[in-house]
Amino acid sequence: MATLAARGRRLHRLEPAALRGVLVREIVNYSSFWKSSTFSSTIDPTIYLLAFGFGFGSLVSKVGGHAYIEFVGTGIVATTVLFSGAFPAMYGTFVKYQFQHTYDAILAAPVDTEELVTGEAMWIAARTGVYGCFPMIVAMFFGLDPAWGMLLVPFIAALAGFGWASCGIFIAAKAKSIESFSYWQSGLLTPMFLVAGTFFPLDQLPTWAQVLGNLNPLYHCVQLVRDAVFGFQGWKDIGHLAFLVGFALLMWRLAVRHMERRLVL
Amino acid sequence: MELAIRVNGMVKRFGGLTAVDGLDLEVPFGTCIGLLGPNGAGKSTTMKALTAQVIADEGEIEILGYKLPADSKQARAEMGVVPQLDNLDQTLSVEQNLLVFAHLYRVPAGERQEAIERALGIANLGGRRKSKVDELSGGMRRRLLIARALLHQPRLVLLDEPTVGLDPQVRQELWALIDRMRSEGVSILMSTHYIEEAERLCDQVTIMSHGKAVAVGPPTELIREHAGSDAIEVYGPPARLTEVEGIAAARGWRTRRTGTSVAVMHTNGDSGLDGERRGTNLEDVFVLLTGEEIT
Repeated sequence: MATLAARGRRLHRLEPAALRGVLVREIVNYSSFWKSSTFSSTIDPTIYLLAFGFGFGSLVSKVGGHAYIEFVGTGIVATTVLFSGAFPAMYGTFVKYQFQHTYDAILAAPVDTEELVTGEAMWIAARTGVYGCFPMIVAMFFGLDPAWGMLLVPFIAALAGFGWASCGIFIAAKAKSIESFSYWQSGLLTPMFLVAGTFFPLDQLPTWAQVLGNLNPLYHCVQLVRDAVFGFQGWKDIGHLAFLVGFALLMWRLAVRHMERRLVL
Repeated sequence: MELAIRVNGMVKRFGGLTAVDGLDLEVPFGTCIGLLGPNGAGKSTTMKALTAQVIADEGEIEILGYKLPADSKQARAEMGVVPQLDNLDQTLSVEQNLLVFAHLYRVPAGERQEAIERALGIANLGGRRKSKVDELSGGMRRRLLIARALLHQPRLVLLDEPTVGLDPQVRQELWALIDRMRSEGVSILMSTHYIEEAERLCDQVTIMSHGKAVAVGPPTELIREHAGSDAIEVYGPPARLTEVEGIAAARGWRTRRTGTSVAVMHTNGDSGLDGERRGTNLEDVFVLLTGEEIT
């Protein structure tokens, strides 16, 4: 009989073996759809970058002392994070528990909901970290100067990606049907996407919009990425980082709690 | 007697519906126990409670000596589950599906390939290892689900309606596979609504109705105790069937309506009724005990 690592000992929360199992499943599955996933996650933001960069760029030469395409090229990292973090988590999670019954199979193995949610969010975060760099690299072809701080961008994107992936899982856990995602997309994610300082600076907006913008995790991701590329701003960036860490932790716990309610009856 | 599964007084309610209502269930090591009942009897809820995907409102559940739900992860590490619904990863190959679950079941790296080969052999899918799941027949998918549950050589396997929706020939193939597991000493709890399946494979059955166990015992004993050795199946128009039921009631025999006929039990071969003699079965027992048909 095979010797099982898990047999005969007490198992704990968030065991590396369980997380590894969930990640292996994601990676093996990803091998069958990586082309389409990579295409949509990188081409969409690149189109935004080129459209806004050249469109608005012809009207606005500089924002905050930077060429507009550099301003957008760094800000759009956050858009990529949202597109490749929240949306795959929302749809993927819903399909896996509602239609494919994948989670029934995983939870019949020695994996609990917390490990399942954490493993899936980690995998999406890792992908987001890579995808997030793509529009920034494209912007470099259009004049964005290389900087050492750019090496931190994948990690910033991954941290924000973990938060948005958890947010997507939370939304999927709350959804009664896949159609109900429309409310979240139109009512929450689209306004956040637009009021994040990606395409225009928030300091030109009314005060109430600036306050709301400051509560938007995408805004903090945009600012942190820009500062990594153009130069860190000390405590301000510690604040942005702290906000992203807090967002990730909050959404992770909400995702775990609500998926437990959904999956364990 | 050492038990692989012990359920004591389990109650599970969903709002105003009581899905499982004070269920007691025991699965001794090395036996195959059937959970028999119609749709809605509480079988699937019971099966999900054994993997802690349903948490009981009352009662105690112990799997392989582990108390649920607190120690359910340990229990799941040592048992395999074959679900009613096909939840394989459709775009992966047979081998990739097994590889994923070898990781999820924590088979050590050095034993992983051997475990996959053994599972492929058990399910007779060695020749289809590279096939995508969506290229497999229904029977092959079922065999793959069983192989997946056996990767880590569990001591206990839960089979939730393992042959539902399959044609008779494929069903018999799977029966041979389940029988092989049992002969190798694996403890099995199998929910089914196929009478023949329970009669052929199970050492004991628990008949469920409305969330309760209404009879427990070996199939042959339950049949003998509740339905007698044989039955007379009398066909005729409704008036004739009603008349036969009256005669049977007057003589203390039990009857069961089956559409166009009435079956009369416990006649001991001396009914004086004009009908076809046939052996009794678990379905007779079920209908007699619960008044419900198994569909």
